[in-house]
Amino acid sequence: MSKISEVVQRARAAFNSGKTRPLQFRVQQLEALRRMIKEREKDIAGALTADLHKNEWNAYYEEVVYVLEEIEYMIKKLPEWAADQPVEKTPQTQLDESYIHWEPLGVVLIIGTWNYPFNLTIQPMVGAIAAGNAVVIKPSELSENMATLLATIIPQYLDKDLYAVINGSVSETTEVLKERFDHILYTGSTGVGKIIMMAAAKHLTPVTLELGGKSPCYVDKDCDLDLACRRIAWGKFMNCGQTCVAPDYILCDPSIQNQIVEKLKKSLKEFYGEDAKKSRDYGRMINSRHFQRVMGLMEGQKVVYGGTGDAATRYIAPTILTDVDPQSQVMQEEIFGPIMPIVCVRGLEEAIHFINQREKPLALYVFSLNDKVIKKMIAETSSGGVTANDVVVHFTLHSLPYGGVGNSGMGCYHGKKSFETFSHRRSCLVRPLLDDESLTARYPPSLAKVRVGGSRGGWAAGRTGPHCPVSSSQMTAR
Amino acid sequence: MDPVGDTLQRLRETFRAGRTQPAEFRAAQLEGLGRFLRDHKQLLQEALAQDLHKSAVELEVSEISIVQTEINLALRNLRAWMRDEQVRRNLATQLDSAFIRKEPFGLVLIVAPWNYPVNLTLLPLVGALAAGNCVVLKPSEISKSTEKVLAEVLPRYLDQSCFAAVLGGPEETGQLLEHRFDYIFFTGSPRVGKIVMAAAAKHLTPVTLELGGKNPCYVDDNCDPQTVANRVAFFRYFNAGQTCVAPDYVLCSPKMQERLLPALQSAITRFYGEDPRSSPDLGRIINEKHFQRLQGLLGCGRVAIGGQSDESDRYIAPTVLVDVQETEPVMQEEIFGPILPIVNVRSLDEAIDFIKRREKPLALYAFSNSNQVVEQVLARTSSGGFCGNDGFMHMTLPSLPFGGVGASGMGSYHGKFSFDTFSHHRACLLRRPGLEKICSIRYPPYSPRNLRLLLLAMETRSCSCTLL
Repeated sequence: MSKISEVVQRARAAFNSGKTRPLQFRVQQLEALRRMIKEREKDIAGALTADLHKNEWNAYYEEVVYVLEEIEYMIKKLPEWAADQPVEKTPQTQLDESYIHWEPLGVVLIIGTWNYPFNLTIQPMVGAIAAGNAVVIKPSELSENMATLLATIIPQYLDKDLYAVINGSVSETTEVLKERFDHILYTGSTGVGKIIMMAAAKHLTPVTLELGGKSPCYVDKDCDLDLACRRIAWGKFMNCGQTCVAPDYILCDPSIQNQIVEKLKKSLKEFYGEDAKKSRDYGRMINSRHFQRVMGLMEGQKVVYGGTGDAATRYIAPTILTDVDPQSQVMQEEIFGPIMPIVCVRGLEEAIHFINQREKPLALYVFSLNDKVIKKMIAETSSGGVTANDVVVHFTLHSLPYGGVGNSGMGCYHGKKSFETFSHRRSCLVRPLLDDESLTARYPPSLAKVRVGGSRGGWAAGRTGPHCPVSSSQMTAR
Repeated sequence: MDPVGDTLQRLRETFRAGRTQPAEFRAAQLEGLGRFLRDHKQLLQEALAQDLHKSAVELEVSEISIVQTEINLALRNLRAWMRDEQVRRNLATQLDSAFIRKEPFGLVLIVAPWNYPVNLTLLPLVGALAAGNCVVLKPSEISKSTEKVLAEVLPRYLDQSCFAAVLGGPEETGQLLEHRFDYIFFTGSPRVGKIVMAAAAKHLTPVTLELGGKNPCYVDDNCDPQTVANRVAFFRYFNAGQTCVAPDYVLCSPKMQERLLPALQSAITRFYGEDPRSSPDLGRIINEKHFQRLQGLLGCGRVAIGGQSDESDRYIAPTVLVDVQETEPVMQEEIFGPILPIVNVRSLDEAIDFIKRREKPLALYAFSNSNQVVEQVLARTSSGGFCGNDGFMHMTLPSLPFGGVGASGMGSYHGKFSFDTFSHHRACLLRRPGLEKICSIRYPPYSPRNLRLLLLAMETRSCSCTLL
């Protein structure tokens, strides 16, 4: 048996032992995870600096803080969420117990990604643990420092058999995918998402796929441009543009394009100074391949800000492109880099039409002071999520499901949705084993039992109460 | 030349034009469906009698009524279900509007089976229409007579710019699956479920798979054998056993088996008479292939009750098998016929181990006077659904989600769960202007001071940390 198989089998055996069933155990593991984060914060921040040039602030504010919140929320709500949930009964089942019973699925696989390598691997894990599963995580090898760190610290704080870390690249991931899991959560690209789902199909494993796309950002003529541009600049250029819910491109009327450019520039200078390369707060591209890819997207474009890069440090300057041709390469793939193309459209209708001709994105943004514009934009498009008059933020509200639709993904998590995603919702009906007289109406022989119209006949009749062992409908014999 | 492609294109265009969005439109579709059932009950009765020798009572109870109830439920609740669902906000989003918007996916494909060809085709259709999708229906070609009614009569009751029925066998279904859908709902076997999911993966299409398995039925020593036998027999032989949630096999002690056998015989005689073959209440096997398969299973173990079969009308007697080995075919595949094997176990623990060694079933049953025993079976196993002390009654509550887990399926439906299954839940946050001063803490350049403030806020939990 390969090492990977061994790890998965061990997790399964540990799950089958039943130790994750008591809520107390799960809470203890979550508390241990929280301790891990607090005690190893410097190591976590250090790994993020090494991988992505993130500083302490980025580390906390963009990654760690949400995981800690999620843990708090889970611990607090677990007893409520895990409890049997009684449901409405039919007249025929008034004397019975009917409820939804939440159960763990078994062994969950979480395939992480490199852009928020801590958050996007650990936040799903929190939900999987809370739901009572064993969890195998496969961090992205591209953020290698984080991958190494997780493999080291997780076993130091959490149950070693139940929660395992498998590291490696494509070949190890392929091998892991041959194993059978009870749920797979994958964050990454659309192309690989298909491969994951195909592999999952062989075992009938349900999947949650958090993919991507080009998240449009429509800026209406009627809006507070200073505010809009500041927020857009913040959301776009954080982590050097390597954010799945970053506004990918701007759609606006040509009459405000120049103003937008000026205000974006102003905000960028406020955030990162005249030379972003010197800013402690500005990130770097994850590797050379992505550096080359993103630099290539600028070719043939009208660059009005930035446009430079340094391969040695994988630095790309915050860049703005104007009058971008929708057919050009930069508008064909998710940018995932610090380039903001501006595409001109005349008005809301054209913007909506533009968006609808393309794949459904993970996020959609609209800036306007006019509520009608916002309502129309939302009503006539689709996307994983929407924020109006800001960017990215819907991701941070735990009461909102986080997920895509169409090419941007399927399924969702965060908060209660995480618990639900990693649980089986088992329908239960428990009847007392009373004598059968009251149920005889449902049994054959049918003779002339057929009724005209109305609700259920046959088996569902009877047991509507102590005085009415057989419903009146059964009396209409023909 | 791709007529299916053209049909799908047409449906997509209708969807894009927003036709299925308004509640009035969706309600009209549902009402049309209701009228179809009312107007053509006789026609459906004849079709089902031809396909499965289904009795009028079975038709009413398991095919017509159940769909009508769902239609009425959807009509009553449509607007409430469609409404934006407000969600809890944190301190930073107090002034904002945060809600979940339910949106149709677009083009939905429903692939239906032959055993309850009206119910299992139309019930998902109710959900898909209520959620505002355009629908392509692929009824089973195996229940031929019903297929004809669904293909020829049903479309007249629905808006054909948003609905189409596509016919054919495995090959045509394969070709259909090469096209892109926004959601696929499949009811059938696990084997085909894998094929459907793999096809869906090519387009990243989300799926609900309602599959099957062997549904165990544990019968405790502490119970009244006749009551149990009545219930088990009723749910096993309903539709000649061709029910995905039927009790597939019994687990009980040898002592219990001795008491259960005469009780089962008594129940069978009571339900179907001395000559079950002449009972109008006993169905027939859907086709030759399945008949042969089931006839083969009659050779497993030893026939304790029934065992007769007649190829000429695909009749198989209500049968109970005993002395059955785990390795025999009758314990290896989902039976899907009027054959009930009894497997002996010496204790509850042994029964639970037996169940857990196998794939998670769609349904699981436990019969006992002791609540504790029933609870234990529930707590120590997993299955799509569970019923204590009865057969598949849990399916009749629209407030309970109906679906499998593991090899028995993924996703669920019925009642509101149908509406939710066929909807995309879009997270929406509409920010009001203002509070920019507070928001500005999030902008670079970052200072140690800001970080300290943030950490302080978290420590005291005076606010949620998402100080954005």
